Amino acid sequence: MGLFILRRTGLMLLTCLCLTFVVFFLTNLYPNLEKLAKSQGNVRMTDAQVASWLENRGYDRPMPVKYGEWLGVVPGWTYQNQDGDTLGRCVSITRDAETAPRFCGVLQGWWGQSTVFKEPVASVVGDKLGLTGRLMFWVMLLMVPSALVLGVLAGMREGSTTDRTLSTFAITTTATPEYVSGVILIAVFTSSAVGLKWFKGTATSAMDNPTFENFFLPVLTIALYGMGYIARMTRASMAEVMTAQYVRTARLKGVSFPNIVMKHALRNALIAPFTVIMLQFPWLLNGVVIVETLFNYKGFGWTLVQAAGNNDIELLLGVSVVSVIVVLVTQLISDIGYVYLNPRISVT
Amino acid sequence: MSKLAEYEGPILEIDKLSISFFTRLREIPAVMDFSCVVQPGEAMGLVGESGCGKSTVALGVMQDLGVNGHIVGGSIKFKGRDLGEMSADELRGIRGNEIAMIYQEPMASLNPAMKVGRQLMEVPMIHEGISESDAYQRALEVVTDVKLPDPERILKSYPHQLSGGQQQRIVIAMALMSKPSLLILDEPTTALDVTVEAAVVDLVKDLGKKYGTSMLFISHNLGLVLETCDRICVMYSGEAVETGSIKDVFDKMQHPYTQALFRSIPLPGTDKNAHPLVAIPGNFPLPHERPPGCNFGPRCDYFREGLCDIDQRVPMADIPGDDRHRSRCLRIDEIDWNAPVAASIKTAKTEPGDVILKMDKLKKYYEVAANALFGGGGATKVVKANEELTFEARESETLAIVGESGCGKSTFAKVLMGLETATEGQILLDNKNIESTPIQKRDTKTVADVQMVFQNPFDTLNPSMTVGRQIMRALEVFGIGKTDGDRRKRMLELLDLVKLPRAFADRMPRQLSGGQKQRVGIARAFAGGARIVVADEPVSALDVSVQAAVTDLLMEIQRENKTTLLFISHDLSIVRYLSDRVMVMYLGHVVELGTTDQVFAPPYHPYTEALLSAVPIADTRVEKQHIVLEGDIPSAMNPPPGCPFQTRCRWKDQVPGGLCEKEVPPQRSMADGHQIKCHLAQDILERMEPVIKVAAE
Ligand SMILES: Nc1ncnc2c1ncn2[C@@H]1O[C@H](COP(=O)(O)OP(=O)(O)OP(=O)(O)O)[C@@H](O)[C@H]1O
Ligand code: SF4
Ligand code: SF4
Ligand SMILES: [Mg+2]
Repeated sequence: MGLFILRRTGLMLLTCLCLTFVVFFLTNLYPNLEKLAKSQGNVRMTDAQVASWLENRGYDRPMPVKYGEWLGVVPGWTYQNQDGDTLGRCVSITRDAETAPRFCGVLQGWWGQSTVFKEPVASVVGDKLGLTGRLMFWVMLLMVPSALVLGVLAGMREGSTTDRTLSTFAITTTATPEYVSGVILIAVFTSSAVGLKWFKGTATSAMDNPTFENFFLPVLTIALYGMGYIARMTRASMAEVMTAQYVRTARLKGVSFPNIVMKHALRNALIAPFTVIMLQFPWLLNGVVIVETLFNYKGFGWTLVQAAGNNDIELLLGVSVVSVIVVLVTQLISDIGYVYLNPRISVT
Repeated sequence: MSKLAEYEGPILEIDKLSISFFTRLREIPAVMDFSCVVQPGEAMGLVGESGCGKSTVALGVMQDLGVNGHIVGGSIKFKGRDLGEMSADELRGIRGNEIAMIYQEPMASLNPAMKVGRQLMEVPMIHEGISESDAYQRALEVVTDVKLPDPERILKSYPHQLSGGQQQRIVIAMALMSKPSLLILDEPTTALDVTVEAAVVDLVKDLGKKYGTSMLFISHNLGLVLETCDRICVMYSGEAVETGSIKDVFDKMQHPYTQALFRSIPLPGTDKNAHPLVAIPGNFPLPHERPPGCNFGPRCDYFREGLCDIDQRVPMADIPGDDRHRSRCLRIDEIDWNAPVAASIKTAKTEPGDVILKMDKLKKYYEVAANALFGGGGATKVVKANEELTFEARESETLAIVGESGCGKSTFAKVLMGLETATEGQILLDNKNIESTPIQKRDTKTVADVQMVFQNPFDTLNPSMTVGRQIMRALEVFGIGKTDGDRRKRMLELLDLVKLPRAFADRMPRQLSGGQKQRVGIARAFAGGARIVVADEPVSALDVSVQAAVTDLLMEIQRENKTTLLFISHDLSIVRYLSDRVMVMYLGHVVELGTTDQVFAPPYHPYTEALLSAVPIADTRVEKQHIVLEGDIPSAMNPPPGCPFQTRCRWKDQVPGGLCEKEVPPQRSMADGHQIKCHLAQDILERMEPVIKVAAE
């Protein structure tokens, strides 16, 4: 098992490197840089001015070198301008050419400076990730158990009324995108139009002080969408397991129905949906973008929108790295969990 | 929950039971007017062809017919209590506790995600409310009883860590955990190898005696029923047609179907030339297409118009003088049951011609990754699928290749066909080397010359192409016929050859029965005038009554075309019936090779001896030596050192110096053309007793 995790971690780092390089490459294409120069400097800059602006900030050098610097494996650039001041990648952190470190990249913990938030990327990403983490935690807490219960109840007696009702519900929720369900939920539960003013239509206040009132709707919006999908998977898997020979064996051994479901069917039925549930994590990050914007909850998704909209290259890179890591870590957990659930797979 | 009160009468009384399945289209009457009584300690055999309703009866007894199955008439009484009137709770108390059921596929009936021990312990914990540690002790006891080695380790394993035979023993152990009074076994050994089957059947018999359990033993194999049961009930198309004690039904059968069934299976004494099998004509009727009057009417030799086809159910009638012997036929008294088999066509024995095919020290090794899933560069293992195959096959000869799973039969066929290339050695076809030419590189002639009939007719035909097209495609591949018209003509002739109506050319495979599909497979194999046909278990997927017809067809075509037939099978009865020479394989080695008479008579290779003893024979006159092999067939990945058979050989201690464990025995020539691969000394081999003795009539 240890070796397996080690191997997977190595693989993960490699994937991370490749993916970040791709993102780095794309965000550092010249048109992007030009846009950056013009938005940071002056919109009416000439081409020559743009070039020198970029040169002053080290953007004009070969892509691999820049990537290396960003990673922190190549010494940061330095540049002597006309005034004799030493500029440099690492100098901008300490504002003093003498004490500046030679390397300053992701590995040293320096993720760059966000142009939108005027703050180091690391702290922006950290804060926002915390906020989104909280959102996701509640989403999972609501979504996974209810989806499993729904799926198991529906699949345990295939074709029954319970099955049909629950399945219809599940299909409806998956088929309704967040921007629709979110709007409907806001309209129904917060506006005076319907009159049920149970919840708040914005979750901005939840960033400092989450309460049931200001936080439930965004959580529900994301959970509803993901829930249908997991429930469908669980139902299909459960229905199949319930017709398996070994379930008949259990029945003919005299095991009672609740025990058949709990002891014999459940674990087998969860093997297939488990991977799906784990895949939901990275995928929910997308839904988060919509919901955070809709409810004005300034989390990770919202930050991503800001970074992309304002051409904030360093922030965009930081966000990408974190997303990639989240995806890969959930994959690792998913594989380990799968091995644990399914005795037929061994890693030794 | 405790057991039902003691009851004096029969354990199980099924009275005029009718069961139907309700589908969207129609009602399917799967079982009609079925009656049967099982007395305490008695073993009742239920035989019949696939689809005749055997499993439905069993599930009816368990009251577990699924959502669309219903008992539409009659009653099932267990210890005098009507199971149909019990509440769900009462039923649960009986299932697993009083009546236990074992069914066909052991792997599928064990929960893959639960340790074997847990699954066993569950039974007494539910029914007797005993503690976990008591249940564990009980499980340990029962696992020891079913003769599994190292019970503690077994209880801690998951089902997938056990072999097929071990799994089936666990399933049996599970059924015996609460010492039920009735055990229902639905084809408990069909998925197992013959020697393993023999051991499991032996075990079931012993345990039945030890625990005093009554049994309902479902099987399609008459021989197996003879060996295990006291009484038998023959089913045909949803009805019981004959029932009685084994002796009465086997020796004094009183129903035309039973008689036809016995005539269509190879018994010692049948011979493809002198006493050919008599196939039952026609096909089994589907439940909703049953004829009026007697179900067996359309296929019955004694059918009489105006009597047997009146739209009225034929009743069961007692046979006076016998012990509870009953038959469902209107003409019992008119039929001369002792008349010899009429109209069997005797054919002259064909003499083998020149050598066509020669194998010389053929070897096939596979390399497999040790761990597929998380492997990634792990060590590879070598599977020695075929070791040193050396033999010749002549024109119009039938050479049978016998052995159990994993012995390398199919690998050999693949190498011969060119689906795989040999690792070492040579295959000479007309003195031309073909061992390393894959099928894509073979010339049309070679491809047409060596053809194959597969085991499962269901997956070898293209489901979306008419039968005629498929045969014509084969002709095209073999380069036969210049135009489509030529090929169509030839195709129709081929249909004649395999005795299918010409109209079948336009049918889709799904519109054919299993036997008919297999005929199409045969037509395709012979399309290019094949000279060597490899038949890989060609009839084992077919029903007993159809097997004879297909086998006879194969023999007939072979006789006419002087084809060399390599007949791969695990069924020694059929092999004895049709082959000229036999090759016995075990774990990739040819352990014995000789003419049929040589192989079926002593001296035997110890494995052949065990195999012969394991095959159930449906003949009360046959006396067999009882040889039970311990354990399972070793995995080909991990064969034992020395003699491949040494882990299960009962003669091993007769060889001095532990030679069997050290050295692979040499191929020894016994008599003309008879070879045995064994270390046993000549005099010991010569002292061997025949396994099968047919008592004089
Ligand atoms: N759930 C079902 N729905 C509809 N028809 C069914 C169902 N189960 C069985 N049948 C039909 O009932 C008949 C009897 O089936 P059954 O399984 O009892 O046969 P069997 O004798 O056990 O055959 P086998 O030897 O293949 O196991 C068959 O014609 C089958 O098609
Ligand atoms: S009743 Fe008639 S058709 Fe049926 S088995 Fe008897 S003789 Fe044959
Ligand atoms: S060589 Fe030894 S172990 Fe092998 S079959 Fe002969 S006696 Fe048995
Ligand atoms: Mg069956």
